[in-house]
Parts: sequence; structure tokens; C-alpha cells
Amino acid sequence: MTEKTEAMTRERVTGRPRLLIPQTAGFVYCPGCHEPLVARAIAEALEEMGMGDETIGVFDIGCNSFLLGMLDIDSVLTPHGRPPDMATAIKHVYPDNIVFTVQGDGGLLAIGADPLLGVLTRAEKITIMMLNNAVYGTTGGQMAPTSLVGQKTTTTPEGRDAIKSGFPIHAAEMIATFKGTAYSARGAVNNPYNYERTREYIKVAFGKQMSKAGFSFIEILVACPPNWHLSPIDSLKWMEEKMIPEFPLGEFKNVDKIE
Amino acid sequence: MGERMFIEGNEAIARGATVADCQAFFGYPITPQNEITQWFAREFPKMGRIFVQTQSELGSINMLYGAAATGIRAMTSSSSPGWSLMQETMSDMANAELPCVVIDVQRGGPGGGPIRHAQQDYFQCTRGGGHGDYRNIVLAPASAQECCDLTQLAFYLADKYRNPVVVISDAIIGRLRETIEVKKIDFGPMPDKDWAVTGKGRHKDGKRRVVEHAGDLFARYPSYQALLLNLDQKIKRMQESELRYEGYKTEDAELILVAYGYTARVSKEAVNMARTEGIKAGLIRLITAWPFPYEVLRQKASQGSRFLAVEDSLGQLVDDVRVAVESHTEVGLVNILDRHMPTDGGMILPDKILAKIEVMK
Ligand SMILES: Cc1ncc(C[n+]2csc(CCOP(=O)(O)OP(=O)(O)O)c2C)c(N)n1
Ligand code: SF4
Ligand SMILES: [Mg+2]
Repeated sequence: MTEKTEAMTRERVTGRPRLLIPQTAGFVYCPGCHEPLVARAIAEALEEMGMGDETIGVFDIGCNSFLLGMLDIDSVLTPHGRPPDMATAIKHVYPDNIVFTVQGDGGLLAIGADPLLGVLTRAEKITIMMLNNAVYGTTGGQMAPTSLVGQKTTTTPEGRDAIKSGFPIHAAEMIATFKGTAYSARGAVNNPYNYERTREYIKVAFGKQMSKAGFSFIEILVACPPNWHLSPIDSLKWMEEKMIPEFPLGEFKNVDKIE
Repeated sequence: MGERMFIEGNEAIARGATVADCQAFFGYPITPQNEITQWFAREFPKMGRIFVQTQSELGSINMLYGAAATGIRAMTSSSSPGWSLMQETMSDMANAELPCVVIDVQRGGPGGGPIRHAQQDYFQCTRGGGHGDYRNIVLAPASAQECCDLTQLAFYLADKYRNPVVVISDAIIGRLRETIEVKKIDFGPMPDKDWAVTGKGRHKDGKRRVVEHAGDLFARYPSYQALLLNLDQKIKRMQESELRYEGYKTEDAELILVAYGYTARVSKEAVNMARTEGIKAGLIRLITAWPFPYEVLRQKASQGSRFLAVEDSLGQLVDDVRVAVESHTEVGLVNILDRHMPTDGGMILPDKILAKIEVMK
């Protein structure tokens, strides 16, 4: 059975995508974390496209790096902030493979702004997936470039003051303005509808690589209950009431050819 | 027979990399290595090989990491400030055991420094440069011919040890035009890189490959200790097997100069001048700045030789000479303060070295 038909006949809700590695040694993510759902969405997208054997994942340092241990594909772990550089080189070596990165909002928009601007400038035919949890998750919930105005973090104990430390970056909208971008979207995985939509975004973005159209980007909103200082359930509420209004979901650019 | 050409050291590095089957080059503009980057930009696309002008030296070194992870031979080059920027990833590549070649065409420092020649990156190159415990083999060409040949050797050694190899050049060696023969050196077949990340479909066993620099996090090693043990053994193997130096008139020498790169050529001249005066001087020219010939120097010291380090810096190489001779004998120094003029165009010239030899003889 091909990957594709197997994926189609599999039970969507209860089944496990073949590319998702069972976590036998214990699960590393916090209760209520949305990041593992992104691993599942990527696994499903690749299986439906039948591209698991032709894909290379590049993972940043951060909570997101544990996705490396969840996806059964060839993978590279990079120094913090550098996945776009590695992905660039790998894509030049293997132009017919799908090459994507997974990075946090800190890893892409703060320390990783140099390689991000590099791939945008050169219109590299790779996909970047940024997990936006509005904090530095791994290091203990410090302010990220995406933290909301007023959001309490460990480095903004009184809440982010826009005059002192600026406003959240809207990466998907910003990246859509670059001419080398073929696709830019923002999704979430907080409910089944958003999850399915996000998986479709991932497939469209990978498709842009297969047609060699241009650079593709997906921002995915994810909850980080411990660093939001909320329960998993209240985090879902905060996602609906604060995150999604600040970071609207949808596609911001979708073209077949960059010019 | 290889092709004979009249080229400068920087181009000789590029030519050496090309015959060594380097498939990708990543570079960011910086003087005095621009000739290398521009050569690859011009020639590699014609050969169907990869050239990327990066957004920074951080970009260069991390693209190198990515390319090396796919198993191809790849390289970047820079000069001192850019080399500084690369250090975090140099450390990561030592952990991830990625073979690759990095060229440092040294210029002056510290800081912005002058863009002309100097030899002030000796510590940074020979001690690894980045954080943590690791070493790189450091090859030090002193001619355009060596730029070509040692770059080829660098690719071979990188694959042999699965470790980055550094070529430490300087603005004078890089810009010196000499007639050389560009000839592919046969080091035997390239090792199989079954560990490389290529997409699962390309692996015979169908199993995933992971390249990572965390060591024990993803079970590459059973423990952190096991990772360190492997690094330690690798460092020792490199030390035992890869030492290279040129001894010049050292057999009967009472005073031995120690130098690498451009100052080694000047030192050779000074040794010849001293010999015509009847002074028994000799030279040990480092071909590997690391590993360092500690044992060779120690033996000569025990036979009564004294030493004179010659380097275009305040004094870095001289520390290794002192370590080698364990204060059994006198160690002199000719350094950057002995340049023939105080501007950034000043050089260490043979007469200054000779004057020091005459004092120490
Ligand atoms: C050069 C460097 N600086 C800092 C760190 C420490 N560090 C590890 S993960 C991380 C932040 C990760 O935040 P983000 O990218 O948003 O990912 P998240 O953990 O939230 O998924 C930092 C600062 C590091 N590993 N390397
Ligand atoms: S700290 Fe936040 S991002 Fe990291 S695993 Fe926990 S919930 Fe997820
Ligand atoms: Mg984050």
C-alpha cells in the first residue's frame, strides 16, 4: 500500500500517522502544550503527499526541537536561530526534496532574524514553520518578539510596556510583503477545525517547493500553559480571546510564481 | 602533471578546493579574502557546483553545517572578524562530527583592526575557537603552492576524522602571486558517509538519519561522558598522526626559530643571513599550527638549543614554544612591535630577526 492510500484509509481521529514516532521513553512536552500537535499535522501532511522519504526537517534549539524526535524523517538540529541557513544549504544540495524548518518565535524573529532576512532576500525555495507561543518557552517564559502588549513574562514582570519594549511582530503579514515569498499563512491547532486548516496550509506550503514557486512560510499559534501561567483549559480561552485577535488566522499570500 | 599557473595564494586555495571535489562554497565579503569568494562566485556555477553569497559569516558557517550534514565536501572562507562570528557553530560541528573546511585569511586586530596582514588568530584557531572541549587540525600554508595543496589535505583530514579543519593563512600569503602546479593529490577513496542526511529514500536501510550537536540528547551517545571520551580520543589520534612541520638547518642549530605563514618565509631568510655570519641558526616551520611539535622542540631543548619565536602578533605562538621547552632553555620573541614601520603596512623583515639572533647567539 502506498503512503498515500494508507493515509487515506487510516482513521483520522484514533489512528497514528506512520511518520509519527511513538514516544516510548516518556513524553517531553508539558500538559496542554500545542507543539506536539504540529508534529502530527506535519506527519499527516507528508503522508498524504507521499513525501516522507523525500523530506528533510531542520529543527531549532527550543521546545520545538523535540519535534525532531517525533517525526520519522531525515533531520538536522541546528544552533539556536540558524535553521534557515542549514535549510538553504540542504535545499541547494537536494533541490527536489522538501526542506522545511521548525522554529520558535524567539528562534526565528529575535536571534534568527539574520538568517530569516537572508532567505527572504534570496527567495530560497524552502518552508519555514514558526511556532508562536508569545514567549521563550524553553528558557522559562521570557518576553519574545511576539509577546502581547501587557503580557506578563519573566522579563516583563509588570507586563510588556509598548513604549519601553515595543509591539509584537506579525510575522506572517510581514513575510507576505516580500516579493520572493510565494506563500504565507497563519494557523492554529487549538480546535479540530483550525488543526485541519493548518495541515492544509502545510500541504500548500510544501507544494510551493515541489513547483519551485518560491519561499513559503507558516506561523502556527501554540499554547504554552506553564509560561502563560494558565491551566491548559484557560490557555485555550486565552488563545481565543487574546492570541487570535492579535494574530488573525488565514492566508496572507498565495501565488504560483514570484515576480 | 597538473596545470601550471601564476596565481595568488587566495586563488590557489580555491583551485585546491576545486580539485579536492569541494561541491559548495558559502561566503560573505571581507578583505583580505574577497578573491576566494569571488573566484567561487565566478567559477562554481559554470561547473554546476553550489555558490551562495551569505547574509553574514553566521550565515556562511551555518550553511556550511547544513551542506556538511548532507555529506558533500563544502567550504567557507573569511578573515578575522568573520572567523570570530563563526565560533559557536565551529563548536557545534565538532560535537556533530561534521567534516568541513574553513579558511581564515588573517588580518589585524583586536576589534575592527586594520584590514591588512597580521597573525593574531593563532590562539583562536589552535584552541578550537568556540566554547567547550574540542580541537581542529590547523594547516598553515606559507606559499601559493601550499595554499593549493594544504587545502586538498584539509578536505581529506576533515573526512578522515569527521571534524572541521581550519586553514590559517594571512593577507601576505593570500595576495602573494607565485607559479604553482595545480595537481589533484590522491589520498585514496573518500570514506562512505552513511550518516549523512539525504532524505530517507536515499538510504539503503530505509532508516532515518539525524545530524545533531547535542550529543546525548537524541541517543547518539549513551551518555555525556561517552561523547567526551570520543572527542578526547579523536583529539589524541589527531595529535599522534597529523603533526607536520618543516625543519630547516636544524641538525646542528644552537638557536632555532619557530614560525608559520609569512613570518616563516622571512625567518628562513634570516637563518640564511645568520649562517653567512657563522651563526648556527635553524628554523622549525609549522605546517600544522595544531597539532604543535612539542616533542620535537623538547628534544632539541634537551640537546641545548635555544628558541626564537617569530610571529606577527604580540605573542601567542611563543606560549606554545615555552610550554614545549618547559623553562629548560631561553625563548626569545620577535613580534608585531618589531615591524619595520609602525603603520598597518609594517612587516616583520629579516634584518630585525637577524638583529635578535645576534643578541641571542
Ligand atoms: C546562542 C544561544 N543563545 C541562547 C540559547 C538559550 N535558548 C535555548 S532555547 C531559547 C529560546 C527558545 O524560545 P523560542 O525560540 O520561542 O522557542 P520555544 O521554546 O518557545 O518553543 C533560548 C534563548 C541558546 N541555546 N543558544
Ligand atoms: S514550556 Fe511551553 S512550549 Fe515548552 S513544552 Fe512546555 S508548554 Fe510547550
Ligand atoms: Mg516561543
